[in-house]
Amino acid sequence: MSAVEALVDLLAGRRDAASLAPRDWDGVVSVARAEALLATLACRLEEAALPPSVAALFADQRAAAAVAQAQALWEAEMARRSLDPAGVEFVLLKGTAYAAADLACAAGRQIGDLDILVPWHDLGRAENLALIDGWEWLKQDDYDDAYYRDHMHELPPLIHKDRDRMIDVHHTILPRTHRITPDALALVGDAIRTPGGFRVLNPADMACHCAAHMLADGDLQGGLRNLWDFHRLTAEFAAADRGFWGKLDARAEVHGLEKPVHRAARLARDLYGAQLPSGWNRIKPGDERYQRRLLARDDWGRATDPLLQQIFYIRSHWLRMPPLMLARHLWTKWRKGRAAI
Amino acid sequence: MRHCTRIAVGPVQFRIGSDWAAPIAALKTLYAGYPRDDARPADATVRLFAARPWRRWLRPSVHIGGDYIVPDALPLPLSMGLLAAEMGMNLQVALGWRRHMLLHASAVAKDGRAVILSGESGSGKSTLAALLGEKEGGGDWRLMGDEFILIDPQSGDALAFPRAVSLKNEAIAEVEARVDAARLGPLLAGTPKGDIRHLIPRADAIAAMHEPVRPALLLFPRFGGAPSIERIGEGEAFVRLTEASTNYVALGEAGFAAMTRLVRETPAFTIGYPDSASGMAIVEQLWTEAVR
Repeated sequence: MSAVEALVDLLAGRRDAASLAPRDWDGVVSVARAEALLATLACRLEEAALPPSVAALFADQRAAAAVAQAQALWEAEMARRSLDPAGVEFVLLKGTAYAAADLACAAGRQIGDLDILVPWHDLGRAENLALIDGWEWLKQDDYDDAYYRDHMHELPPLIHKDRDRMIDVHHTILPRTHRITPDALALVGDAIRTPGGFRVLNPADMACHCAAHMLADGDLQGGLRNLWDFHRLTAEFAAADRGFWGKLDARAEVHGLEKPVHRAARLARDLYGAQLPSGWNRIKPGDERYQRRLLARDDWGRATDPLLQQIFYIRSHWLRMPPLMLARHLWTKWRKGRAAI
Repeated sequence: MRHCTRIAVGPVQFRIGSDWAAPIAALKTLYAGYPRDDARPADATVRLFAARPWRRWLRPSVHIGGDYIVPDALPLPLSMGLLAAEMGMNLQVALGWRRHMLLHASAVAKDGRAVILSGESGSGKSTLAALLGEKEGGGDWRLMGDEFILIDPQSGDALAFPRAVSLKNEAIAEVEARVDAARLGPLLAGTPKGDIRHLIPRADAIAAMHEPVRPALLLFPRFGGAPSIERIGEGEAFVRLTEASTNYVALGEAGFAAMTRLVRETPAFTIGYPDSASGMAIVEQLWTEAVR
């Protein structure tokens, strides 16, 4: 069994940690690190019987994740202090939202940048407020800057000059040029408040965004982690609300995200053992290719199957841009890349 | 990967893989005297690889990867594969280790107490520690390491990380004159850091690498100029050490507590010295005067 399969089985709870030979952990740890799932695995196996050095490593990972999560929530608090007084309401997205809402998938989850969503009409004000409070443009060239502003779903990334943390200010959840146009106003309008006073997407929207982020907006890098988020989110929401899957269906339709959401659910079933309701529980051709892409890592944590990765890379661009624009974009990028050599 | 080995340095078990045989063979020679526990899972993985398959043979250049990577790190020619391996090992520890607070420092220990030397590259900390570790007769210093010293956040103790010492430029000749040639690695001439030759620590230092010691002195050496000793306050030592720690911020409150305790309990000095002999004399002098 390959390390990546062992990792997926351990996360899914299909495999007993004690059944691994000590040296099997080498690959599992490397793959989990590469997929940003090591602390997640450490939280998952907190009670398991482990070789002493793995147990120590996992304890380190849990402690580090707790520190990182506190830092991420502090950064959200800083954004709140900048934007709230001016009446710019924002919604936390992704990892910070999971932590703020205290969801199960937040346990050990790595959080990189602070991702927030503001309504389109507040985008300019949000940008100005951030600049006043110490966020700065990351060095970018004019083409990239204009590209973000004209075609993307977020401002060019900002970094805080003292705290060295990035903030991504989104106005929707997929690029403006994408074939799918989610209803951004509905996302913000139907957001809910956490006990700590932050706004996060409602459960169905949160799952929609997770699926869109994983399947519609990228080349599936870090896909195992995103799929884990989706699996844990939907399992938790469905346990709390028997009508959740139906609501998710309806909401996915509002955003035009039925296909990515259903595919994410099937992949979560096939890899992590998610229980799906009957209408979702199908087998679609093509799923197998996605699975192969998600599991493309060797026991040293290296990406494998370069051809398949390339196909998914091209696919991500194809979804994001109309063909003529894609051609122009790649041409500009290629010329810039040549000029740099 | 085609070639691989496992090395335990201090508390870190490395797994090192390579597309080429030579760097692994060099590592095996350098670390032959280190204890091995091949059944223990690795804490850190290092990969030495060719960017393209044909670069394994054609103008081979060694890229450094592993659990953590630095995106713009330049590859090294295969003749410097050993240096690449060492850089890879240091990188994994610097970016990945969380169990202890890491200080980019060298250290020597005696009677269960440690002298920690922290300073920028070129301050002479590695050479000073290496020479103290080799001192004949009067000294029975054990070398704890010349790259990282690990501070246990619970106990406040210092732990050794005695990787092979990378001697640079003039320090090479100084040490060559004192030690058995069998304890020196191959000369790596003209690396990005100048000439480098590795020194294998003494067997007793390797045997004692798991014994924690109390920090007794914090020294911030500066090579060149007249001999000088200046006591510095807790605040200044704190700031200097946070700059020398690669994981202080990542440790959060635990890092702050460990650092505060270290500077409160350990007298700190800056020292200036014109040559190794006077540097060593200053360390010995402070050891007798300042260590309680």
